[in-house]
Amino acid sequence: MGKTGHIVSSFDNDLLEIRNAIIKMGGLAEVQLKSATQALVDRNTELARQTIEADMEVDELEKTIDTMAVRLLALRHPVADDLRLVISALKIVSLLERVADYAANLAKRVVALNNAANLPMVGTIPRMSELVCHMIGDTLTAYSQNDDYLALEVWRRDHAVDQLYNSVFRELLTYMMEDPRSITSCTHLMFIAKNIERIGDHMTNISEIIIYQVTGLAPIEPRPKGDETSTIMIENEIIKSEYAEGE
Amino acid sequence: MTDIQNQTNKAGWPTNGANKILAKRHRTERNFRRLGLTAILIAMALLATLLVSIVGKGYSAFIQTTITLDINFEQEILDPKDTRSPETLKAASYGSVIRNALRTEFPEVKSRIELRRLFGLISKGAVQELRNAVLANPKLIGTTRAFELTASDDVDMFIKGYISRDVVEQDRRIKNNEIVWIDRLQNQNAIQTRFNTRFFTGGDSREPEVAGILGAMVGSLYTLFITFIISFPIGVMSAIYLEEFAPKNKLTDVIEVNINNLAAVPSIVFGLLGVALFLNVAHLPRSAPLVGGLTLALMTLPTIIIAARASIRAVPGSIRNAALGLGASKQQAVFHHVLPLSLPGILTGTIIGLSQALGETAPLLMIGMVAFIVDIPGGVTDPATVLPVQIFLWADSPERAFVEKTSGAIMVLLSFLVFMNAAAVLLRKKFEQRW
Amino acid sequence: MEPIISAKNVSVYYGKKQALKGVNLDIPENQITALIGPSGCGKSTFLRCLNRMNDTIEGCRVEGDIIVDGKDIYDPQIDEVYLRARVGMVFQKPNPFPKSIYDNVAYAPRIHGLARNKDELDNMVLASLEKAGLLAEVQDRLHEIGTSLSGGQQQRLCIARALAAQPDIILMDEPCSALDPIATAKVEELIEELRASYTIIIVTHSMQQAARISQQTAFFHLGEIVEVGKTEQVFTSPQDSRTQGYITGRFG
Repeated sequence: MGKTGHIVSSFDNDLLEIRNAIIKMGGLAEVQLKSATQALVDRNTELARQTIEADMEVDELEKTIDTMAVRLLALRHPVADDLRLVISALKIVSLLERVADYAANLAKRVVALNNAANLPMVGTIPRMSELVCHMIGDTLTAYSQNDDYLALEVWRRDHAVDQLYNSVFRELLTYMMEDPRSITSCTHLMFIAKNIERIGDHMTNISEIIIYQVTGLAPIEPRPKGDETSTIMIENEIIKSEYAEGE
Repeated sequence: MTDIQNQTNKAGWPTNGANKILAKRHRTERNFRRLGLTAILIAMALLATLLVSIVGKGYSAFIQTTITLDINFEQEILDPKDTRSPETLKAASYGSVIRNALRTEFPEVKSRIELRRLFGLISKGAVQELRNAVLANPKLIGTTRAFELTASDDVDMFIKGYISRDVVEQDRRIKNNEIVWIDRLQNQNAIQTRFNTRFFTGGDSREPEVAGILGAMVGSLYTLFITFIISFPIGVMSAIYLEEFAPKNKLTDVIEVNINNLAAVPSIVFGLLGVALFLNVAHLPRSAPLVGGLTLALMTLPTIIIAARASIRAVPGSIRNAALGLGASKQQAVFHHVLPLSLPGILTGTIIGLSQALGETAPLLMIGMVAFIVDIPGGVTDPATVLPVQIFLWADSPERAFVEKTSGAIMVLLSFLVFMNAAAVLLRKKFEQRW
Repeated sequence: MEPIISAKNVSVYYGKKQALKGVNLDIPENQITALIGPSGCGKSTFLRCLNRMNDTIEGCRVEGDIIVDGKDIYDPQIDEVYLRARVGMVFQKPNPFPKSIYDNVAYAPRIHGLARNKDELDNMVLASLEKAGLLAEVQDRLHEIGTSLSGGQQQRLCIARALAAQPDIILMDEPCSALDPIATAKVEELIEELRASYTIIIVTHSMQQAARISQQTAFFHLGEIVEVGKTEQVFTSPQDSRTQGYITGRFG
């Protein structure tokens, strides 16, 4: 946003309304993720159910922001940074909606996990969630303050999340190999970790959008890629290591 | 923004105080309208008075009294040698024929003075009427016919009621015995009133009953023609040059101011200039429409230049731009577009200038167009007079009958002016462009 | 690609007032270049330099070089009357001559002697009207007065009239500012079609219009060009904050 306001001040109000709605929506998504993680750690089925229900609110907000953006496009014909702001808003909103969906999915899995007798507690998942929550918070700060440096910093941070995810993946695989009875729980946990990792990816996307919105340019660095799980074959590694021991 | 909105006091419907102000406002407006209406009414009343008085005095100028007499076209008098040659017929004494007819009509009149009076009933112009009739039809000679002859101005005045019977005889142009004769003729139905064609076909005359305005009309026409062919092209060209080509500097400013001043110079000054320039230097013939036209052209020029400039300026610049933008030269833009579009306005201005010139007297008096001229001018170098000068001359004449002639001539002049101005209005209405 | 018009360090003075301050602008052939900017920024002045219409304004002085198709148009050897036939102009208000539609279009060929006989002239008039997309609407009334057409038709008639002079370049000074949106759309459609055969430079106050039809946009401010570039770039991510502020409606 420029230093001075528009000559038509109601235009400014409309833009501000959209920005505030997005920040509110981001905040909701962040809270969703936090409470879902909390429910997981505390095995709190009630909190998990509340989280699932709260997703409705986020969906409503998405529709509202969509309507506002379409209305503004039709009535104000925004150009340049105004146009970038509206287009970004449309994209960010759909990403945030996905983030909230992932959090709700996480909560659903928590409800399922709470039916299991005991749980192989993976401490890495809450840590990962905490990291991603920070990313959400910083992304929203970058958005509200048009801070493309902060956005770039968040964008780079996704690498750490990916690495945590890699270790969770290995950890859970090892559990499953050791104790086949834990396979159901571990698979759920695996998906939970994957969801959190996806949320991190979306924050990367949003950061890119923020950078474009503020500068009119896309980030020039190649996107950080830390998720190696699609190439991992842990059985081979075990065989390899046994072979090495044998030598 | 919102603060200002909150502070705004909504007026709402008027309170008593506001009503008072409103009432006062309406009152002033009504008074102002009444004032304007009164002004218009006064102006109309004055104009109506003028018109009524002119028409009231002048309408009878278009009517002429005639006396029907049994005329004996005696061969003895008119053509004793029986040649029937035009020369003889022209030179014959038609006066005797008329006198004989009157004697026959009133055999009791014997005394010399009375006979003079009797002969005075018929206009001196009647001789001309008889001559024309005989020249047109020589077979009339030797016959006796009832013939309508123009009555003298005094009879005319008496019949039209301008001379009253009640006045003492000495103060009356028509004496008692003349009244007796007129009454007798009237009883015989020998006195008629006719439309006065001679007023429109004759030249000036000392005799009011035969005086006409054709000479003055033709003179005016020639004069205006000269005025037009001199002032129109010069005026339009100067206007075009000043508006479209001349640079805007001190010199053109001075020229502009001077043209405006010239339009306000009294016309007598132009008359003096005409005398000095056209008569004393160029030795052009005096009293001629040529000189009158040139003098009036001097006077009309500023009017035409001002009107033409205004109407050239009224052509929107977008038309010039359009032409120039297509690659027309400046002159092409002016002559293809600006001039045709401003022509109705220029012509309107020209007509108004010419109608001013038509009504102008003073400068023409200076150059001698005030002379008494009987003949109808045949060209621009013949001596002539013009309508307003004719009016001036007649208004100055002592005969009672010239009063109605004056008013009649004024009516003719006014109708010319109305006609010209109507033409100007029509021209403007028809060709006016709305932008 | 070599630009068809190249303005180098062009300054314009009206008396003592400087209206343009050393403007440099290259205009590529067969493209639409939009000149935008707040009122009095010099964009119309610049446009009028390109066909020397400024010559008709008293006290106007132009400095710098304007090269059109390889020649400096302010060279004394260049005749401005001929130049104006090559660089046509369409004005803000539709200004057809108060003559017949036919005579309006035939005017330029007549004064420049482009047609050898009546048939050639007829063909030229019809072709120009066709190019201006007006032929179908006026075919039956070529001899009606041009000012009897609707505003949009009048403006297209003016474009046809300019085309009849066989120009390479057409300058348009806010050609749609007096038209309703539908008439504007028709004129814009026409301008886009004309791009194939003409180079068009358009001054406009409507940013949307500049965005819709032009390939290159130059933003003028206080007699200078602040930013010039591809239209899509200027309208999505302008480089100069003044351009940004103007096109988003924050000043001007």
